[in-house]
Amino acid sequence: MADHDHTDPPSDPALRVKALESLLVEKGLIDPNVVGEFADYYEHRVGPRNGAKVVARAWVDPAYRARLLADGTAAIAELHFGGLQGEEMVVLENTPTTHNVVTCTLCSCYPWPTLGLPPTWYKSFAYRSRIVIEPRSVLSEFGLHLPDDVEVRVYDSNAEIRYLVLPMRPRNTDNLSEEALAALVTRDCMIGTAVPRPPA
Amino acid sequence: MDGIADMGGMHGFGPIDRSDDDGTFHAEWERSILGITFSALGAGLFNVDEIRRATESADPLTYLKSTYYERWLYSTEDLLKEKGAVTASELAIGRSATPVTNTVPPVTSDVARVILEQGGTSRSADGVAPRFKPGDTVIARNIHPHGHTRLPRYVRGKQGTVILDHGIFALPDSNAAGLGLRSQHVYGVRFAARELWGPQASACDTLQIDLFDDYLDPAGGPAA
Repeated sequence: MADHDHTDPPSDPALRVKALESLLVEKGLIDPNVVGEFADYYEHRVGPRNGAKVVARAWVDPAYRARLLADGTAAIAELHFGGLQGEEMVVLENTPTTHNVVTCTLCSCYPWPTLGLPPTWYKSFAYRSRIVIEPRSVLSEFGLHLPDDVEVRVYDSNAEIRYLVLPMRPRNTDNLSEEALAALVTRDCMIGTAVPRPPA
Repeated sequence: MDGIADMGGMHGFGPIDRSDDDGTFHAEWERSILGITFSALGAGLFNVDEIRRATESADPLTYLKSTYYERWLYSTEDLLKEKGAVTASELAIGRSATPVTNTVPPVTSDVARVILEQGGTSRSADGVAPRFKPGDTVIARNIHPHGHTRLPRYVRGKQGTVILDHGIFALPDSNAAGLGLRSQHVYGVRFAARELWGPQASACDTLQIDLFDDYLDPAGGPAA
C-alpha cells in the first residue's frame, strides 16, 4: 500500500527512471531494447487521425454509421484500429439536441487507438474536476458555446469502456471527399470540447 | 478510497491550461517510464487496477505536485517494492543487492506488439446474472471504502437511471486488492446534472458513468 517515501521533494525523475530501468534490466525483468517500442508506437502509429477516419466514414456511409453506433469496437476494427485502451469502445452520437463530452475524473482514461495519447489538458486537475460540475463553463473556455436547450451529456469513463464522440457533419460539406471530411475532424471534436467547422 | 485523485466536482484548480496541447512526450524519461511500466504489466508483475490504486494512494501533496508521468514513475516504484521485486535501497542505487535469480521472462518485442495492438479486456465470459436492466432507477451506494474503487464520491447517494448494460467485467475494487476478479455487470447510469449538483446546474444537462453492480442499490431501498 501507500508509503510515504515521496513526501520529501522527489529527486530528478530522469535519474530515478534511469536507476529503475538499470535495476529491472539487471534483474532480467525488462528488456532494454523493448522499453522504447511502446513510446515509439504512440508517437508514430496511432493518433487522432485514426479517429477522424472513423468519423468521416460514418458521415459518408449510413450503414457504417449504424454499425459504429451499435458496436463501436467492431466497427472501428473494420478500419483496422484497436488495441490497448480501445478494447471496449462506445461511440457517442452528437445530435441537434444532445452534445457529448468525455472525461475520466479518477485518472485520465482515454481511447488511445483512435485518439493517441491524451493532451496535457485532458489529464489536468482543472479539466477532471470541473467538466463534470460546470461543463458549459469549461466548454466556453474552449470556445464552444452551446444553446441553453441543448443537453450537455458528460461521460465519466471511470470503468473499462472508452468513448469516442461522433460529431455532427458540418453544413456545406456535401461535395467533400471522405479524406477532406476527415481533415475537418480535430481531436477535440472527438473528445467533445469542440465541433467541426465547415470549410472556409 | 476518498483520495485526492477523486477530484470530480472539486473547485479551485482554475481555468483549463491549454498552452501545452500536445499528447506526446516531453523528455526521454517520460518515454522510458511508459515502456518500463507496460513491460512490467506485460510480465505480470502487477495489474492495471493495482497501478491505478498505487497512483491514487500517493499522499495528496505529492499527487498534486507531480506531473502525469511522475505519477507513473512513483506508482511503478511503489508496486515493485510492494510485490517484492525490488527494494527501496536497490532503487536508490539502481543496482540489485542480491544475485539475480529471476525466472519471469521479460516482455519481448513480439509480446509488446500483442499488448499494443490487441490490448486485453477485463470483460468476463462468466455467466453472472444482472441485478438491473435498462430503465431501472438506481441509487449509487453511499460507501467509503479505504481501498481502490471506481465509484467517485460525486455520485454516491444520488439517484440515476440505468441506460444500458455493458456486460460483465472484473471488479477493479477486488482486482486492485489481489482478491480476484469478482466479475459482475457494468451499467451506463445516467444522472440529471441537478441531482448531482443542485439548482446551479442546467435543468437539461446530464452525466453518464459506468457503475458496477456492487456500486448500486435499487431506488426505494437496498435489495433484500
